[in-house]
This record gives sequence, structure tokens and C-alpha cells, in this order.
Amino acid sequence: MTIRNATQKLSYLQAIVEAQREEMRRDERVILMGEDIAVYGAQTLFDEFDEKRLRNTPISENSFVGVGVGAALTGLRPVVDLTIASFCYLASDQIINQAAKLRFMTGAQLAVPLVVRTSTFYNNRTAAQHADRPYPLFMNTPGLKVLAPSTASDAKGLLKSAIRDDDPVVIFEDINLWGKKEEVPTDEDFLVPIGKAAVRREGSDVTIVSIAGCLPHALSAADALAKDEVEAEVIDLRTIAPLDKETILASVAKTGRLIIADNSHKVGSVASEIAAMVSEEGFESLKKPIQRVAAPQVHVPYNAALEKQLFVSKDRIIDAVRAIT
Amino acid sequence: MSLGRVEQLEMFRRMLRIRLFEEALIAHHPVGHLSIGQEGAIVGACMALRNDDYVTGTHRSHGHPIGKGAEIGPLMAEIFGKRTGICKGLGGSMHLTDTKMGLICESAIVGGGFPLATGAGLSAQVRGSDQVSLCFFGDGAVNQGTFSESVNMGAVWKLPVIYFCENNGYAVTTPVAKSHGQPEIARRADGYGIPGVVVDGQDAEAVHAVTLEAVERARAGEGPTLIEAKTYRFDEHSNRLAIPIEYRSKDEIEHYRNERDPITLYRAVLQSRDLLSEIEAIEEEVRKTIDEAVEFAKASPEPEISDLWDSMYVNPIGVPSGDGGR
Repeated sequence: MTIRNATQKLSYLQAIVEAQREEMRRDERVILMGEDIAVYGAQTLFDEFDEKRLRNTPISENSFVGVGVGAALTGLRPVVDLTIASFCYLASDQIINQAAKLRFMTGAQLAVPLVVRTSTFYNNRTAAQHADRPYPLFMNTPGLKVLAPSTASDAKGLLKSAIRDDDPVVIFEDINLWGKKEEVPTDEDFLVPIGKAAVRREGSDVTIVSIAGCLPHALSAADALAKDEVEAEVIDLRTIAPLDKETILASVAKTGRLIIADNSHKVGSVASEIAAMVSEEGFESLKKPIQRVAAPQVHVPYNAALEKQLFVSKDRIIDAVRAIT
Repeated sequence: MSLGRVEQLEMFRRMLRIRLFEEALIAHHPVGHLSIGQEGAIVGACMALRNDDYVTGTHRSHGHPIGKGAEIGPLMAEIFGKRTGICKGLGGSMHLTDTKMGLICESAIVGGGFPLATGAGLSAQVRGSDQVSLCFFGDGAVNQGTFSESVNMGAVWKLPVIYFCENNGYAVTTPVAKSHGQPEIARRADGYGIPGVVVDGQDAEAVHAVTLEAVERARAGEGPTLIEAKTYRFDEHSNRLAIPIEYRSKDEIEHYRNERDPITLYRAVLQSRDLLSEIEAIEEEVRKTIDEAVEFAKASPEPEISDLWDSMYVNPIGVPSGDGGR
């Protein structure tokens, strides 16, 4: 018996495991697949569920994602763990050419209730082939829903929504948030809606739209700015596609200034899309040019001091705000 | 031989439907990758399946839904790009998926169907169903990474999958001998610890027999089989493709057309079993079916732009029907 409004203190990563456990208990069609999940990530689930529903896969990223697609087409609701977001490129054929297109190409005969989980490993000394943040690739793919939670509660609630959704969902987990703990609802039906951004801090002078792991930096930048009487409104995007235009435009209408914090590469980034959308649909609200705080067009180096400089930080956000206030 | 007379005649009917369907396309709507010459392999395999078994196809997939028993009109209308098409005119020649017949995908990305068929097998296993999944692919697809990755997963998890190669000898224009380190495709099965079987793809009953054995093995939980059906494509890779250089000899093509046509061969077999009058009735019937399908396709309406938006999501969020997102 779950008590409504009850919570338990969980890390972001623990919240993800709990979301999977609850959904596997709730619906026998839910299965998990991924490399080494028996040892990393889902190991505690092996005590409760058998290997039929927990598939430790060979190193075959494109095909095991495609196996998930095939299973989704035929009555299961697979959660495929693609571990490291840089591996998305290997599986992009099955994600983009199959999962995203099959419903459309068959004139809506098919549904693909698939979840692809993957983690962005930047700021972790993993170098260029393990540190990608490829959200824009999937934002640019019609047919997918793309999520990027930044709190433990959202990680749980969004993953549960994704598992229950009948369309293919790619969920990006940010490893810089994995250890962050908070009180997370234990209600089995606690869901965070797909497609809704969250206003994490209200303010009247500037809007900061934050994507995934940028949130802690955006909030500390806002606190620092408040000391100088600049009130920043911080929006946690949470869902990258479909984009919650309404929340962003309403905030910009109030503040007239927009900063977008996005750890993907700046060119063609999620920040770029938001900036373009606001220029098209909210131009009259803008008092100053939109600023994108994003990773530059260089690869991620192994050297930690250099790597750190590429990504969004409190100081970079403050500098961007200063430039337009 | 496990096929009764009714099934033998049904096999002939479906082979002829594929042939006349594609001849009608040549006459009325010349697009697509034709299966003419490969009907024995396709129908022999499909007739070994139940209605609720899964099939994945390829870019050369007009025959697969027909082989599985699909209604002809919506398939023809699809290739004409019409709203009454099986995929509302959004998929076309390379994506003639009829889910009512167990088809879950025709992939125009070569090798794209291996994981999907393997996943359908996984699904049947997890659900405790005795359904099987049959993956059609060509000789060229064997050189995609998804072949190795997926067959390996099918083998290691003993999934109920039949990997069925229609080896027509050429990947577009490149012959098997020039693109495969091991040109005997069935022998690749050894690398995954599963049985590999070669069969004459121009002999529909032989194909049916080996496929049925693989299906029974799969249903019994013994895992996948790789079948290589040696067949031949009478026409060019694609109707739209110009062939500037002769990559296969005219003699070779004529040999297959004259001596190894699976429909001519099977017709003779059935005639020797005293089924001539039944065959003639089927020929008449199939001609009529195809003519009606062409008329249906021609008379059908075009799709609407709103059909695009309406076919994107089961659960659209922020996508208003009709013009969302523009």
C-alpha cells in the first residue's frame, strides 16, 4: 500500500532504478535490455525478476536497440539501456530509420512503445568518444520524444511516463547528476508529464532556459545575480522534444531577455532551436539579443582542466546575463 | 510432403499473384524492385508460417505480403501512392507492410530487418507465445553488421527466428563471389552455432519443406535456423535504374527465364498431379484480382497533407492534428 505524498530520499540514479522496478512490477510487458545490466545499473532488479525480462546483451548496439524496436512492435514495452550517449551513433540507424519512422511509414498501423535510456558522460575525463551530448540529433528526428531530466524526481517520473507512452522515447541521463539526492515521491503512479518544462525559480529580469545538467549551474548563477538585484527566472526544459514553447515564450514575455544553457555543441544545438523559435514567435518581447551558453565546436579533451572550460558553468551563465542586462 | 492439394493450389495462386501483380506494375506504374523469378522462395517460405507469425521484408518486398496472403487491392493502391493503400500512400513500394498478415517492417535500409525480426522472436519468447518470426533478406544484406549482431543474439537466446536468405546472386550489380569471403551463405551459420540449410529457391515445395522444419524447430524452443534459398532476379535491381554496363550475361538471364522459372516449374508439377483444370481456374481468378486491384488503385483518392501529421504519434503531445509543428 503506497501512501500518497510519501517520499524517500533517493539519488538520481537510484530513482531511475526504482522507476524501472515499479514499471516492471506493474506491467509484465516491460523488459530491460543493455550491456552488463546484470552488474551495473539494474543489478538489484535481478533478485526480483528473471532473465527473461532482464537481457544482458552482447556488444551490438545497433542490433540490440533494433531488437528492442522489434519487441516493441510485437507486444512488449522494452527499456533499452544504451549506456553511453556516444554509442547512440552506432544505434542511430535503428533509432532514426526504424523506431522513429515505422509508425509513419506504415500509415499508423504500428506503434513503437520503446524507451532508449542513455547517459551523457561529459566532465568526467572520458575524452571525445565517450563524452557526447547528442540531443540535437534526436530533436531533429520527427517521431521521437526526447527527454533530459535534471532532478531525481523528474528522472523517476519522466522515465515512468516514457515507459507508459506508446511512442518511442529517448531519455538522456546526465551522469553529473547521478549522485544528487532528494526526496522522491514513492507513489507508484507518480508521473512527470512529457512535454512540460518546469519553472524552477521565478524572476522578472532575465529567463535562463536550462537543459539537463546545466540546472545546478543556472540556479547558482541566479542566486549570485540576485545579490546584484538581477532576478533570473530559471526554466528546466525537462523535455527536449516536443518543445514546451508556451512556458518559454510566457517567461520571455515577462523578462524580455533570454539565456539558454545547453551542453551540446553550439552549432545546431537545442539552444539554437529555442533561440530560433523565440525569434520567430516572441521577437517583440525581446529587449536584447538571445545568448546561447553552449559547448564550442571543438571535441572534448582528456585533460580535465581544459574539458571543464568547454561546458556550462555558473560563471559563464553570469557573464552571458551581464552582457544583456 | 506435408502440403495437401488445397495448399499446393494456394501456393500456386500466391506465386502467380506476385508475378501478375508486378507485371501490372510494369504496365501501369513502373516503379520498384521486382521479385519476378523469386516467387518460389518467397511463397514456399510464407506457406510454412501461420497467420499470426511475424515477417520482416526488404526493399524488394512486394512478394512478402502477397506470399503471406494479404489482400491485393490495398497493396496496389499503396504503390500508386493512394490513400486507400495499405500504408495510406506514405510507405510505397519499399514499405508494403500489412500488419494484419504479421508483417512488421519492410526495411529499405539493407539489413534493417534483422534486429526487428529478432526482436519479434524475443517478444514471442518473453510472452510465452509459440509464434515465430521469419526474416527475409538478400545476399547483399549478409554483409551488413546487423546480420552478424542479430543472428548472434537470436542464437545465444534461442529465439524462434528463421533467417531466410533469398540469394539471387547479386547485390544490385555486385556478384556474391566478389563480395563475400564465404560465398556459401548458409555456412555462415556455423559462426553462430545454428543450423544452416541450402535449398533450391526455384522449387517452392522444397523451400516449404526446409522452412517448415526450421519453423517447427523454432516453435519447439530450439532456436533459429539460417536458410539460403538459391534464386534469381529476372529483372534489373530496380525499374528506375539504368544499367550502363552488362554485369550478368544475357545467356544467364535467358537460362533462368526459360529453364528455371519457379512458376512454370510448379505449374508442370501440379499438371502432372492432374490439377490442370484447377490451375486454369486460378489463372483466370488471379488475372481478375489483379485487374480489379489496378482499377481500385487508379480510382482511389490521393492522401491529404493532414495524413502525415496524423500518422506520426500514437500519443501526440503539442502536435495539433492537421498542421502541427509547422
